[in-house]
Amino acid sequence: MTTHVVDPDRVPDGPLTPPGGVGGLLDVFRRRYLLKLLVKKELQARYEGSFLGMLWSYVQPLVRFCMYYFVMGLVLNFSRGVENFAMHIFAGMVFVHFFTETFTSGTRSIVKNKALVRKMALPREMFPVAAMLVSAYHTFPQLLILTAGAVMSGWDPGALETAEPVLAGLLGFAIIAVFGTALALLFSAANVFFRDFQNFVQTVGIFVTWSVPMIYPFSRLTKSPLGGTWVETVYLANPIAEAVLLLQYGFWVPTTTDPAVTLATEMPDHLFTRGLIVLAVSFVVLGISQWVFSRLEGKFAERL
Amino acid sequence: MSDSIVVENVSKRFTMRYHRTIKQIAIASVRRQQLSDSFLAVDDVSFVVKQGESIGLMGLNGSGKSTLLKLISGVMRPDGGQVLTRGRIAGLIATGAGFHAQLTGRDNVYLNAAILGMSEVETKAKFDQIIEFADVGKFLDTPVGHYSSGMFARLGFAVAAHVNSDIFLVDEALAVGDRPFKKKCMERMREIKEEGRTLFYVSHSPGSVRKMCDRAIVLEKGSLGFDGPVDEGIRYLKYDSDDPNSEDDELGTDI
Repeated sequence: MTTHVVDPDRVPDGPLTPPGGVGGLLDVFRRRYLLKLLVKKELQARYEGSFLGMLWSYVQPLVRFCMYYFVMGLVLNFSRGVENFAMHIFAGMVFVHFFTETFTSGTRSIVKNKALVRKMALPREMFPVAAMLVSAYHTFPQLLILTAGAVMSGWDPGALETAEPVLAGLLGFAIIAVFGTALALLFSAANVFFRDFQNFVQTVGIFVTWSVPMIYPFSRLTKSPLGGTWVETVYLANPIAEAVLLLQYGFWVPTTTDPAVTLATEMPDHLFTRGLIVLAVSFVVLGISQWVFSRLEGKFAERL
Repeated sequence: MSDSIVVENVSKRFTMRYHRTIKQIAIASVRRQQLSDSFLAVDDVSFVVKQGESIGLMGLNGSGKSTLLKLISGVMRPDGGQVLTRGRIAGLIATGAGFHAQLTGRDNVYLNAAILGMSEVETKAKFDQIIEFADVGKFLDTPVGHYSSGMFARLGFAVAAHVNSDIFLVDEALAVGDRPFKKKCMERMREIKEEGRTLFYVSHSPGSVRKMCDRAIVLEKGSLGFDGPVDEGIRYLKYDSDDPNSEDDELGTDI
């Protein structure tokens, strides 16, 4: 055996650490460059060989919008007494779509990237986070369309005294982003062990459409026998419902003829305070998801 | 201060589940069949590797070599004991694992380098070297799904071999590729070794281990069987009866 000489220049600085890193989500944001490339890859892969490309992510929401508007608004007449019902639906759809996309694609993300997860050491939280960012990327143009629609329906951002409409939208966006990432993280890990979870998540997706004031106004619930009961409390505790209400507050309420009246009849009290609480709770859920994820992560490579 | 890899009483247990659906589990429990079984793939292994050493990890199939390598690279975590490493790790644990068939060779180089921890600036600086080594020519901007398996492997090796790393892991990566490429790989590995990086080489081929490494570790059914000079390690494994002049032996074809 040859004697071993260590060249001091070659000894890397820094301590001995467990390989692969243990920083979780923090590691993801420390390696933003990799995250950027993964998001780019995801976007490129999704529209591979497609002629319409990114347009496809608008076709489905558009069809759904027309269907809701026709069936709910015109046939079932849910729009009775609701001004600008189209704006009401669309504001809801933007966030419902953002959430379900994040949740379903995020849940599949680890299993889908199993080639990487099994062979390479990188923060596995990258994949659910990338899924959320891809969904967010698709949401921005929809928000632009929403703004354009609002302006055309006579949007007056100064009509509300309490707070900025745009701020309400941003708060709602933050709620969906944080809460969606939290659930994506949790279910992507669970999905490694039982693929049942991706089906479960799709089932939840159907439920979400009906559990937010989108295809019916919020006043339908408050005026129903369930109004004021625990059902209403649970309904409003739903982060997606809260986010949808915030977006409607910002982009639908100001388009109505008398925003003050709409606010009183169609929106719950203390909307902003509720929003901030929901956001805080979403961060707590994110923390719990990260904790569960870190515990399960060690088994990913062998279970895939 | 110059420890590069520290493996302390490391164990890894794998659980095999015989049944995956609720129906199968129900039937199996009614019949009182065993639902799962576990075995130790790596069993209480300890050793320390100094910076700049080159280690040949040997052992029969199923002795836990690849699992140990995954524990060192951080892909898996040990169930018992701990693994500690110093500096950036790169390596060939299945070449081109991070490649995506739809992306072009160029995009894959950037993505794979980023996964291995390189920044954009670092990758740009190394890009020409990587491409020259991979020798994929005009196919650089073609999706790698259309590559021949040799080209695919060459590109994978090229990226991993040019990452600025302190520890370099190799898992029987030279089994693919034609003879000139294998030669080139061995040369590159020798360069890496001479640069003073820690080399951790898993191989069945005594010839290449003898050439590349100055210490051998032999695993036997998950436990450490031997740790010491290469020639003794090869004798320990009874691999030395092989014809030392055979080509496979020289170039490290792992069968």
